[in-house]
Amino acid sequence: MINEKMLITKNTCIAPNIYEMTVQGDLVDLVLEPGQFVHIKVTEGPLPLLRRPISIASVDKSTKELTLIYRVDGVGTKTLSLSSQGDRVEILGPLGHGFPLDVINQGETAVLVGGGIGVPPLYELSKSLSKKGIKVIHVLGFRTLEDAFYQKQFEELGQTVIVTDDGSSEFKGTVIDALQLLNLNYQVMYACGPTPMLAAIENGYSDKPLYLSLEQRMGCAVGACMACVCHTVDEDDEKGYRKVCSDGPVFKSGEVKLSC
Amino acid sequence: MLNVKLPGLDMKNPVMPASGCFAFGKEYGDLFDLNLLGAIAIKSATKEARFGNPTPRVAETSAGMLNAIGLQNPGVEHILDHELKDLEGIDTPILANIAGRQVDDYVYTAEKMSQSDRVNALELNISCPNVKEGGITFGTVPEIAARLTEKVKAVSEVPVYVKLSPNVTDIVEMAKAVEEAGADGLSMINTLMGMRIDLKTQKPILANKMGGLSGPAIKPVAIRMIYEVSQKVNIPIIGMGGIQNADDVIEFFLAGASAVAVGTANFVDPFCCPNIIKELPEKLKQMNVDHIDELRGRSWGRC
Repeated sequence: MINEKMLITKNTCIAPNIYEMTVQGDLVDLVLEPGQFVHIKVTEGPLPLLRRPISIASVDKSTKELTLIYRVDGVGTKTLSLSSQGDRVEILGPLGHGFPLDVINQGETAVLVGGGIGVPPLYELSKSLSKKGIKVIHVLGFRTLEDAFYQKQFEELGQTVIVTDDGSSEFKGTVIDALQLLNLNYQVMYACGPTPMLAAIENGYSDKPLYLSLEQRMGCAVGACMACVCHTVDEDDEKGYRKVCSDGPVFKSGEVKLSC
Repeated sequence: MLNVKLPGLDMKNPVMPASGCFAFGKEYGDLFDLNLLGAIAIKSATKEARFGNPTPRVAETSAGMLNAIGLQNPGVEHILDHELKDLEGIDTPILANIAGRQVDDYVYTAEKMSQSDRVNALELNISCPNVKEGGITFGTVPEIAARLTEKVKAVSEVPVYVKLSPNVTDIVEMAKAVEEAGADGLSMINTLMGMRIDLKTQKPILANKMGGLSGPAIKPVAIRMIYEVSQKVNIPIIGMGGIQNADDVIEFFLAGASAVAVGTANFVDPFCCPNIIKELPEKLKQMNVDHIDELRGRSWGRC
């Protein structure tokens, strides 16, 4: 993990309030696995004071670039959206433990389920799985088709079902509805999205290996401040808790309680 | 030009990470050499292990943050057997923060903790608003704070610093009460009680509803309180509250602090403590100061 003033090579709006930013620097060499994140100081001054945790959507080691996809939802991400190509932004990372790739073999099938701004880290995951010769199926939920992003990029890697609340895509409903209807044959499922979505997936799809990426408000993002903890499911666990920032953000289903 | 000597704490520079903002050092020890620090104030220890409050535990504010972690820690025995063992390889003094629900908890934890070879001084956290004694907090009633200090002093084998809460009407009265009770030093200030409400949900953002405000937003309050107290007591003050850079450290010394602690800024920049330590000598040179101690209390003179 390093703290680096990375060069912004792109920062554009790709859907309502959704920005795709690419940053360049040595930090890229340190990224180990899909699902890791970075902690961004969006401005030099104290407004806003704290960093913003953003998941890594894509890694290109040849150009030393990371792609970060974020939703403008407050003063921090608003400030970040106003930065331009050529600016530098202070980034701490890579952080956390991502999605495991060694739990699935070549020729097998993985289902990747994403909801809203939980979709971005699944893109690097899908690329990595595809590279290993694993068949990928994406089930991605958005509010409306207008809010959807990266549909083409996902389609290039494998079957992609876009699910929308309002039915503006081919599939109306939730990702859970879609999973039930599709009744997919697969070996491992990976998911990232709002906690109620993750809880519903855990409830219905824990019979096969399932990995969930959690979101939580963070302070330090390096495991020191104890802001982002959640309880373990196992009440006899020695510690009784996990830190989303440094033990996660990806956990195997059944390791932590999702109500945190 | 940076070394300072406080009771129990022989520091190569006056900068330590503040309790609760640095865990037990391990995470930051992966990032930089902990021997660079003047001291380390480790996270509050309690008699029993505590999980702490539900999340969200932090909320950002203008130039600050609110936290309600709830003193999560694995309990004093575990800390002595594990977390402090991990710090054995470094020679930086340790200021061990302790908290409790009642006097007996503090006494138990203080006695155990002070017996460790690795602990150089104790810091009493008396800002915990949940105690048995008639619902009155240790941090706001001078007589109760004094009695607690006396009892802890009676069992502690190392010097005792009392961390004062700013949520009081008369901070000088509190400081004098614990000084008379035998405190070897003061840490000030702890966080200010605050709250934020989400406009969308129309509910408090923190699960605990209220939390402690820290960060640059509270620095002027800290400076004022240290300025007042340092002129009325004869024990040293570890100053804290919104320190982000070397200029802030100098301002705390001018107000009357003898050392400083850096809290929230560690979250903004995990390398801020070593960076501040690196910046200080140049700042002192620019001010024609040979030793940082010369700055202590320089603001006290009449206008």
